[in-house]
Amino acid sequence: MAHRVYVRVQVDVDESGKTRPLRIFWEDGRSFAVDRLLDVRRAASTKAGGQGMRYTCRVRGREIRLFEDDGRWFVEARDAAAE
Amino acid sequence: MRTILHSDLNNFYASVECVYEPSLRAVPMAVCGDPAVRHGIVLAKNMLAKRAGVQTGEAVWQAVRKCPNLKIIPPDYPKYLRFARMMKAICAEYTDAVESFGLDECWMDVTGHERGGEAIAGELRRRAREELGLTVSVGVSYNKIFAKLGSDMKKPDATTVITPENYRDRVWPLPAGDLLYVGPSTRRRLAARNIRTIGDIARSPRELLRTALGKSGEMLWVFANGLDQSPVLREGEGEAIKSVGNSTTTARDIVDDAGAHRVLMALADSVAERLRAQGLQGRTVCVSVRDCALYTTSVRHRLDHATALASEICTCAMALFRAHYRWERPVRSLGVSVSALESLEGDVQLSLFADARDRRYDLENAVGDIRRRFGHDALRRASLLGGGEIHFLKEN
Repeated sequence: MAHRVYVRVQVDVDESGKTRPLRIFWEDGRSFAVDRLLDVRRAASTKAGGQGMRYTCRVRGREIRLFEDDGRWFVEARDAAAE
Repeated sequence: MRTILHSDLNNFYASVECVYEPSLRAVPMAVCGDPAVRHGIVLAKNMLAKRAGVQTGEAVWQAVRKCPNLKIIPPDYPKYLRFARMMKAICAEYTDAVESFGLDECWMDVTGHERGGEAIAGELRRRAREELGLTVSVGVSYNKIFAKLGSDMKKPDATTVITPENYRDRVWPLPAGDLLYVGPSTRRRLAARNIRTIGDIARSPRELLRTALGKSGEMLWVFANGLDQSPVLREGEGEAIKSVGNSTTTARDIVDDAGAHRVLMALADSVAERLRAQGLQGRTVCVSVRDCALYTTSVRHRLDHATALASEICTCAMALFRAHYRWERPVRSLGVSVSALESLEGDVQLSLFADARDRRYDLENAVGDIRRRFGHDALRRASLLGGGEIHFLKEN
């Protein structure tokens, strides 16, 4: 099972309004650059609950699903890892 | 014959809460108003609460008596409104004729849409699941009443098709109270005349129902016999229509101009047919393009004369598309609409090629007549047949 972890995100918004996440700030102060944006679509998070625009990103070789839900951003985090 | 869809988001409020808190699916839960402000009723419940006998509309204390471990959640209307808008936006990608019926239900008129009602219903269900995390039941029929009945018949996440061939078997055995606008009082008055099913209403003499229930009795007879003709009202019901448009998300992404032309032609055909059916023509053609990364752009052009001709709408739409779309990404969906509307019969400025245009109108009207009589597929453009020359990407 997974849960939502709300995070601070640095984004780039271009002239047409397209949003692109650049960096994710973890609650313990670490931050991770988004190396590559793999996919963007509206989706529900089946793992952690919640819904929004889903940005599938490559971060340090791992695939992260980052959601923008009504102005707030969250990632799906595995329960054990978050403890 | 029309193709009308009715979509109904299942256990709407409760389902939205379960999207945000999936663990609620494992316990009986209900979204309830606040008893402190006299709103203490069950607004929605999940399947487990339903199985425990909890009913929408009953007082919270009654529900808790039936189901002592009922988890009670306060309503979050802004969130429900947001989900309702997202669902409506999905529906509006297929047709501009989307009529809301409460927050969680709507009718759609998809007559003439190349995908067909059942396929669109399936797509609505899939998209509601994947994009919103909700399930939706869809009724597909040839009038609004049977479409609504269809969406109530099988839940959750189901499609029910009611046709002129099967409505006697599927609709008539249902209790009279299942018919739209038959409330407890009407049901009692009908029962007093031994009218207990929708079939009983249909088979009763029309005059008898009029005598018993007045004008609404006659209306119920029309409903039960599948004769309802009421249109699906667009946004701003009662006001003059401002634009007529259709859009479609293709089964596979479009990757070239030829593919785009096929889709725009089909959309222009449908838009023109609907314009003429309403006695309208328009001067402004708008094309909306959504690419596979879900970025949407729209561009418009004002013609020097109003039109309700598919060929002219398509030519303009294709020119707009070619001029503005750079093929940075494949196209997921396309839409065509015509606005700056005026009456087709009105004071129309004559163009230089009036005769040729008159003949085109005659031709397209004749095509429209044939389709109305024998179905949309009775006559198709050669350019829309097959598709060997059009290259699609594989489905994601």
